Amino acid sequence: MSLRNQFEEKTKDPAVQKMLGIASEQEIETVWDRYENMLPQCGFGETGLCCRHCLQGPCRINPFEEGQETGICGATADVMVARGLDRAIAAGTAAHSGHAKHLAHTLLKMATGEAKDYKITDAVKLNKVANRLGIAVDNREEKEIALDVARAALADFNEKETPVLWAAGVVTPGRVKVLSDLGLVPKGIDHEVSEIMHRTLYGVDADPVNLLLGGLRCGVADLAGCYMGTDLADILFGTPTPLASEANLGTLKPDHVNIALHGHNPVLSEIIVKVAQDMKDEAAKAGAAGINIVGICCTGNELMERHGIPSCTHSVSQEMALLTGAVDAMIVDYQCIMPSIASVAECMGSKIITTMDICKISGADHIAVKEETAAENAKQAISSAISIFQTRKNRNCRIPDITNKVIAGFSTESIIAALSKLDAQDPLKPLVDNIKAGNIRGVCLFAGCNNVKIPQDTNYIQMAERLLKENVLVLATGCGAGSLMRHDFLDPSKTKERCGEGLFAVLNAIGEANGLGGPLPPVLHLGSCVDNSRAVEITVALANYLGVDIDQLPVVASAPEATSEKAISIGCYAVAAGLPTHVGVMIPVTGSALVTSVLTEKVKELTGGYFIVDPDPQSAADKLISAIDERRKGLGL
Amino acid sequence: MSDLKEIFVNTQHCTGCLSCKLACAVQHSKNKDLFSALSQDPKPKSRLYVEWLWGNTKVPVLCRHCEDAPCVNACISGAITRAENNAVITNTDKCIGCWTCVMVCPYGVIGRDKDLKIAYRCDRCPDQDHPACVDACPTEALTYATVDKFSAEKRQAASREVAQGQGG
Repeated sequence: MSLRNQFEEKTKDPAVQKMLGIASEQEIETVWDRYENMLPQCGFGETGLCCRHCLQGPCRINPFEEGQETGICGATADVMVARGLDRAIAAGTAAHSGHAKHLAHTLLKMATGEAKDYKITDAVKLNKVANRLGIAVDNREEKEIALDVARAALADFNEKETPVLWAAGVVTPGRVKVLSDLGLVPKGIDHEVSEIMHRTLYGVDADPVNLLLGGLRCGVADLAGCYMGTDLADILFGTPTPLASEANLGTLKPDHVNIALHGHNPVLSEIIVKVAQDMKDEAAKAGAAGINIVGICCTGNELMERHGIPSCTHSVSQEMALLTGAVDAMIVDYQCIMPSIASVAECMGSKIITTMDICKISGADHIAVKEETAAENAKQAISSAISIFQTRKNRNCRIPDITNKVIAGFSTESIIAALSKLDAQDPLKPLVDNIKAGNIRGVCLFAGCNNVKIPQDTNYIQMAERLLKENVLVLATGCGAGSLMRHDFLDPSKTKERCGEGLFAVLNAIGEANGLGGPLPPVLHLGSCVDNSRAVEITVALANYLGVDIDQLPVVASAPEATSEKAISIGCYAVAAGLPTHVGVMIPVTGSALVTSVLTEKVKELTGGYFIVDPDPQSAADKLISAIDERRKGLGL
Repeated sequence: MSDLKEIFVNTQHCTGCLSCKLACAVQHSKNKDLFSALSQDPKPKSRLYVEWLWGNTKVPVLCRHCEDAPCVNACISGAITRAENNAVITNTDKCIGCWTCVMVCPYGVIGRDKDLKIAYRCDRCPDQDHPACVDACPTEALTYATVDKFSAEKRQAASREVAQGQGG
């Protein structure tokens, strides 16, 4: 087998293939090496049949052994699997809502004047959110409204008299009823996470279906965390509008101070982008042509959506950015940051700077960033990058000459604004008319990560190619969008060849009406992983327009290369919302036939949504298309 | 015969994870795949055992495929024979389920297949270069090697200890 072929089995991104050649030549270990070293992986873990929830354990149930049907406490395989899944949902929910809470604190400190580096950037969004929450807006100062919104956000974390407003207030009236009847309306975001930890403790909930319903309710709390994250980030930093940008490793510039911003939250990265503007002279003094900021993972998505900052790479290939030798500092916040970057950075002479007190990495520098001193902290981090540039400037950088053109910046607001150019009075009408006419057969949201078990981007490419040809409108977030952008799915010059005729006509009409002189890109980038809330908002708007519930719409979701527990909690709220939801990797539930059948079949009778677990991208695409057609039929289309 | 390999056990490496047992059952399932094996009926069977000894020692135990195998000699129906890979195998058509092999086996590694009503044991995965249990073992508690190689490695390890003991 040639080296080239080996790399094609690891990734479909040509830039990453090039870097893998360099890694192999320099004998630098990457995630792909560690995965191979990890094989074979434990079958008990793969099937969810192990439990470490008490000190009598660890227990594992051998599915092929008679007479060993339970753990030591008597928990069956069904209970063990359901408990394990619940804890994954709780972890995902804690992460998204932790991100939202961070924004809520920032908004609060901005409103009280403690965080002077922040301001209200989108007052229209502030009023929209305040109205939804029942907060008075007339004749009030923006900061007063913001303070009330921040307090309402923080209140949503506790159990209180009202349900979680960012969940109950953002779905269709029909969905509120479905969720209420099933007892799936969360009481408080933190409360739900905490309750999962309680009920999955030694000797508490041992009814697998009850455990799964608890997990689904926590999943609805995750929707709240995501939705809140989007709302508050839009208020503080602006709601995205379409803009041009670039993706892939070719966005690194050898003669610039290259700063990669990695993680999820815009709270620090927004300030770094701003402060970097004022530090050009310092960079010039160090001999740099400028400061080049690029994004990785969802911090990158947040910055691309709002400022057109290029995305360097995503998810499983994050080490590759460092391997170019061109990244002077990788400044990280939290989530999806592989600890291995510290040793790769050491090999390449670059620096990892951690910034959050809950996310430190051995071998990295730490700057404790506070909202009160954000600009000062950002300056310190950028100075550190500039000093690294001085040591690196004569060193050879090996940057693959690969960039992909990107149009990003889609949001509910910017999509509706674009549609209003077709029908100013009734902007959703052109969209609904085209769905009815079949020019748009349905809608699919791609979300989630890359997973080292799947040749990077394979499932995204194959599924998106197929669905677009079948006239399915494709939306994307997170590293799903990151994957698709590195294969030209966000490039409007590819819309004609990628899309079926009906879909092309619609994307072209919208593009032309908005003065783009051509179509929208084949895939619409909605933002980071918390911004899956934007897809929910659009879906809810469509359902309300048609007077139906979400589970009747020809809308589906897919996380074809999921990795993080956050993808599991997102999947749960998509299912609770009523969507057929594909996952392209095996979730550790197959050790229980009952849990598997509840998630993939029985839950459909409750919420209308269900999981489709299928590692094969072609058959998964078939199943999503059938689900879309089934729903079209249900609507009489 | 010197190149024939055996499955050797290093009890000091065994963590008792039972990955070998899972892999064995999967290898003896219809599709040889964990996820489809889970729904196979009757369930595929694992042919090796991990015993636990007081003091928390875990010991993988499996058919030693003895050169002068008591089970081969004792089998009344002539069902137990030696295969090409030197493994002692039970011929499913001939086994009458008298359990004589179970009585004479010094290791207790012959099982009863309740569905087929016959005896079953390790067949050393004749379709594979390596037995599935060896491939699945994350700690190399199970190794597949010739007696010569295994002994040579043991001699090396012992020599190092002797040399160290004598200040070498």
